[in-house]
Amino acid sequence: MMGSAFEEKIAALSRTENEYGVDPFGFSLDYSLSAVAPIIWMYKHYHRVETFGIRNLPKGRVLLVSNHSGQLPMDGAMIGAAMLLEGDPPRSMRAMVEKWMPSLPWVSTFMARVGQIVGTPENCRRLLENEEAILVFPEGTRGLNKLWAKRYQLQEFGLGFMRLALETNTPIVPVAVVGAEEQAPSIMDLKPVARLLGFPAFPVTPTGLPIPLPTRYRIYFGAPLFFTGRADDEDAELEKKVKVVRAGIQTMLDAGVKARKHVFW
Amino acid sequence: MTEKNLRPAVVLTGISGNLGRCLTKLLHKDERIIGIDRRPFVGKPKDVEMVQGDLRKKKIEDVFRRNQVKAVVHMGIIHDPRMSAEDHHSFNVLGTTRVLDCAARFGVKKLVVLSSADVYGPNPENSNFLTEEAPLMAASRFPSVRDLIEVDMLAHGFFWRHPAVETVVLRPVHIVGATIKNAPSNYLRNKRPWKLAGFDPMVQLIHMEDVARAMAEALKEGRKGVYNVVGPGAVPLSALFKELGSSPLAIPHPIARPVLRALFKYRLASFPPEELDHIQFLCMVDGARWASETQWHPAHSMRETIRSVLGE
Repeated sequence: MMGSAFEEKIAALSRTENEYGVDPFGFSLDYSLSAVAPIIWMYKHYHRVETFGIRNLPKGRVLLVSNHSGQLPMDGAMIGAAMLLEGDPPRSMRAMVEKWMPSLPWVSTFMARVGQIVGTPENCRRLLENEEAILVFPEGTRGLNKLWAKRYQLQEFGLGFMRLALETNTPIVPVAVVGAEEQAPSIMDLKPVARLLGFPAFPVTPTGLPIPLPTRYRIYFGAPLFFTGRADDEDAELEKKVKVVRAGIQTMLDAGVKARKHVFW
Repeated sequence: MTEKNLRPAVVLTGISGNLGRCLTKLLHKDERIIGIDRRPFVGKPKDVEMVQGDLRKKKIEDVFRRNQVKAVVHMGIIHDPRMSAEDHHSFNVLGTTRVLDCAARFGVKKLVVLSSADVYGPNPENSNFLTEEAPLMAASRFPSVRDLIEVDMLAHGFFWRHPAVETVVLRPVHIVGATIKNAPSNYLRNKRPWKLAGFDPMVQLIHMEDVARAMAEALKEGRKGVYNVVGPGAVPLSALFKELGSSPLAIPHPIARPVLRALFKYRLASFPPEELDHIQFLCMVDGARWASETQWHPAHSMRETIRSVLGE
C-alpha cells in the first residue's frame, strides 16, 4: 500500500535489541506498520490533512508542543502520520500518553506497540537523550476535553516540558492543529459519569458517538525555538518561557483558522 | 587447623539454594567458602565448609569469631507466599540484621546483598525504566513483600553507616532457571498460564547463572553501591509464551483478582492475587549503571534465558 521504498526508509526507524522484534520500550515495527495503515488512510482520505512547515523539524532530539483538542486524540495520530509521510527522512514520533492509559486493556498494549509511552519526566528525558522526537500536549485533558465555546483558545500550559527542554538542551517546535476542534464539538461534560468510569471527562457531542467528523485538518509546524536557562528555576521564570511557546502556537492557530475557507474542505 | 583454613573466607548465606550453589561453583576453586543455610547442601564440593543453622540464632556469630571473614554474600532471604507473614518477616529481617551486625563487628571488608528489582513494584504509572533512585513502592500494592523492601533498606542503611565496608546491593530482574522455584519461573513453566486479557507488558528476565556471575563481579575489590542488574533486555510477555509454546488463558482483569484470591486461599493456586500486577503493569529497571561500571554482559541470550525454565 505504501511502496517498498517507503517501507525501507521506515525500517531504519526500528531499534530492537534482541531477536523478538520489539524495542525496549515495547515499540514493534511490524505491528506499527499494520496499525498505521488506517491512520494513514484517515490522514489522506478522511481528515485530508494539509501539512505546513514540516521542513522546520530539526534533526535529532526535538520536543513538539501542540494544542490539544477534539475529545478524541486524533490530533496526535495525525501529527505522527505527517512526520512519517511528509518528513524527509520520515521520522517516528512518540507521544507522552496519560498515566491512566497503562491500566486500560488492549489500549495499553496498542499504545506500547506503536511506540507511545507514559508521560513521566524520566521516560521523556531518556528518549530525548536517544535523539528522538517527542510530542507533548501541555494542556493535557484540559485542552482535549474543553467545551465548544472555548474552541481554539489555548488552556493553561503545564511547565514540565520546558524543564525537560532546558535540562536536555532540546529545541522546541510549536505545532498548531486546525480542524480537530470541530471533529467532535462537546456541548457539556458529564462529570459524575466520568468519575464513575474513571475517565478524565465524559463529553456529550451532537453525534453522541465516539467517532470524529470528517473535518479537514491543517497542521502547522513552526520554526524551532531554543531556550537557555536553569531547568530548576522558579516556576515564574519558566512561565515566561512557556508563554513564548504558547503565544507562538496561538498565533499559528489564529492564522490557520483565518486562512481556511471551510471546516470540512 | 590446616594452613588452608587460615585463609580469609567468603561467607555465603543461603548457600543451599540454586543461586548459592551456582555461586559456589564459580568461587570455590579460588576462595575459601563457608556456607550458612538451614537446608543441607546437596552435592557440596569437598573444599566448602558448611554450617547448618538458622541465621537468626546467636550461634551464627561463631562463624565470624572462629574464622577470618573477608567477605559476605547474603542470599539467605526467603520469598514464599505460603509461609506465615510473621515467620517470613522474622526470618528475612532478623536474619539480615544478624548478618549485617556480624559484618560490622568482625571487620568484614565486603558485603554483597541480593535484593530484587521487584522492590520497585509493578505500577501503571511507572516509568519504563526505573533507576536505582526510584522509590521502593512494591508494598503499596502488595503489603506482604514489605520485609523484602526492609532487607534492601537495611543494606542501604549499612552502606552509609559503615563506609569502611564495601557494600553492594544488587537488584536483579526476574531470575529464571531450570531448578528455580520462584514465582516467575513457576509461572513460565505453566503450560496454560493465566494472562490478563488486553495486557501484554514488557518484562525483563535474567538467567540464574548470570546473577551468580554478577555476585562474583560484585565481590571484586572497589565495587560498592546499589545496582539494578538486567539480563539480555526486555520482551513482551506474549513473546515468552510463544517461545515456550504455552497457550495462555486470557482472563478479564476485573474478575482475575477475586478468582485468584479464592483459589489461593483454598490452595488451588500457588500465586497470591497481587502477583497479577506483574503480568499487567510495567516493573522494568535501567541496568545502565551496573553495565557501564563493570562492563557487564549477560552470558545467556534472551532465547536461552527464556528456555532455561524448561531445563534446556
